[in-house]
Parts: sequence; C-alpha cells; structure tokens
Amino acid sequence: MAEPMRIRATMAGDAADVKVLMNHPMETGLRKDAKTGQLVPAHYITEVTAAVNGTPVLKGGMSGGVSKNPYLGFKVKGAKAGDKITVNWVDNTGDKNSADTTVA
Amino acid sequence: MNALRRNVLKGATGAGAVAVAVAAGLLKPTQVLAAPRSAFEAKNVADALSGLGAAGAAESKDITIKAPDIAENGAVVPVEVTSAIAGTSSIAILAEKNATPLVADFDLMGGTQGFISTRIKMGQTALVRAVVTAGGKNYTATKEVKVTIGGCGG
Repeated sequence: MAEPMRIRATMAGDAADVKVLMNHPMETGLRKDAKTGQLVPAHYITEVTAAVNGTPVLKGGMSGGVSKNPYLGFKVKGAKAGDKITVNWVDNTGDKNSADTTVA
Repeated sequence: MNALRRNVLKGATGAGAVAVAVAAGLLKPTQVLAAPRSAFEAKNVADALSGLGAAGAAESKDITIKAPDIAENGAVVPVEVTSAIAGTSSIAILAEKNATPLVADFDLMGGTQGFISTRIKMGQTALVRAVVTAGGKNYTATKEVKVTIGGCGG
C-alpha cells in the first residue's frame, strides 16, 4: 500500500517554495527481474495534483521515466504563510495517496 | 502432480496479466491534463511532441534547464526547468532517447510560477528537452546530459 509522503512548503520571497517527496517504486514495466528474468509489471504514478487552500495550482502527468520515489518541486506565487497545500497522486494500479502541509 | 502444479502456476500468471490489463484500461486519460496518456506511451520524440500538441515548437532562450552535464547514475537525474516566458501554463520534460521519451508534463495555474524541479530516469546519453506552453504557443529548449550508467533495464 501507499507509504506516507513527505511535503514541505516555505516562503521564499513572494512565492511559496513547495517540495514533495513521494514514496513509489516507479516501475516502467520494461525492467527485468534479475533473478527470474521476468518483466517487472509497470507500476508508476500517472497523475499528480496540488492545491493551495483547495484551489488547484498544479496538475501533472508522469510516465515511468520519473525516478523512483519521485521528487517534485514547484513555486506558487501569492501563497501566504499559513496557507494549506495539498498534494495528491494516483498510480496506474488505481492506488492513491495524499499529503498536506501549511506554508511556513 | 507436477503437471497440475504447472497448470496452476500458468493460470495464476495469466490471471495476473489480465488484472494488470484491466487496471490499465480503467485508467482513462483525464480531460484536464494537457498531455493525453497516449503522449506518454509514444515511442519517439516526434510522436510525443505531437501528442503534446507541441510539434514545431519554437526554440527559446527564455527556458533554462538545469541538469548535470554528466550523470553518473541514469536512474536519478535531477532536472530543473525554469521558464521566464510570461504566462507559462505548462511545462513538459522529455528524455529524447528513453523508450518512452515523455517523462512528465505539468499544467501550472493559480499563481504557480514557471518552475518545475524533479528527478528523471535516463537510459543513455541524450538530450533533455523541455516544452513550455505559454499563451497558446509552444516553446522548447534542450540540454545534453551524458549518462555513464543507464537507469532503464538492468
């Protein structure tokens, strides 16, 4: 099941600097298991969304080409200290996870 | 006894494959995303770009790609894309020689600046391409990253 993710948001000038670390194997479906020689089934995050106080600020798609335990950094102008930032992801098996933090 | 065991095993893997296929089929591309899932499955850069609707994007010096010149480990290549183009509404990242070049695509809205930082896998030395959409137009920039150990395959 989905492991917890780490999220941090700090003010940098007039923008909130958001950093998210998601726990996910990000299997492309092209890699072979070293022991069995079988292909490891694809298992990667397909969709990421972020919102500030419930207003969407980022919607993203990913392929298996993003590294294992994906890192995502972005900056939101106009966000203030104390605003709530929520990040969600969905993977290709339908698994999902969500995390939130307040801007410090 | 052994034959039965073999059949059971076969049956099990067969069912597993079907489950994966069903899960994949159920995941319809979301309307709101700029890039349809088909763009992510494209096997070459031209198809990925046309899937993004960004074929013939203009080269731009206002896009900065921050990535290492030489990546020792292709499984984790830090990439930062900064777009100084006003009204940047989406940023896509492609690794040109990967099996599926389109790595990620982000729609930015509600005050999010033209900046994305992430880490990608690269199978081999290739150009990293960023595609930025701003005001309905597409812009692009590239940076070569030399990979000494591949990140795809074993």
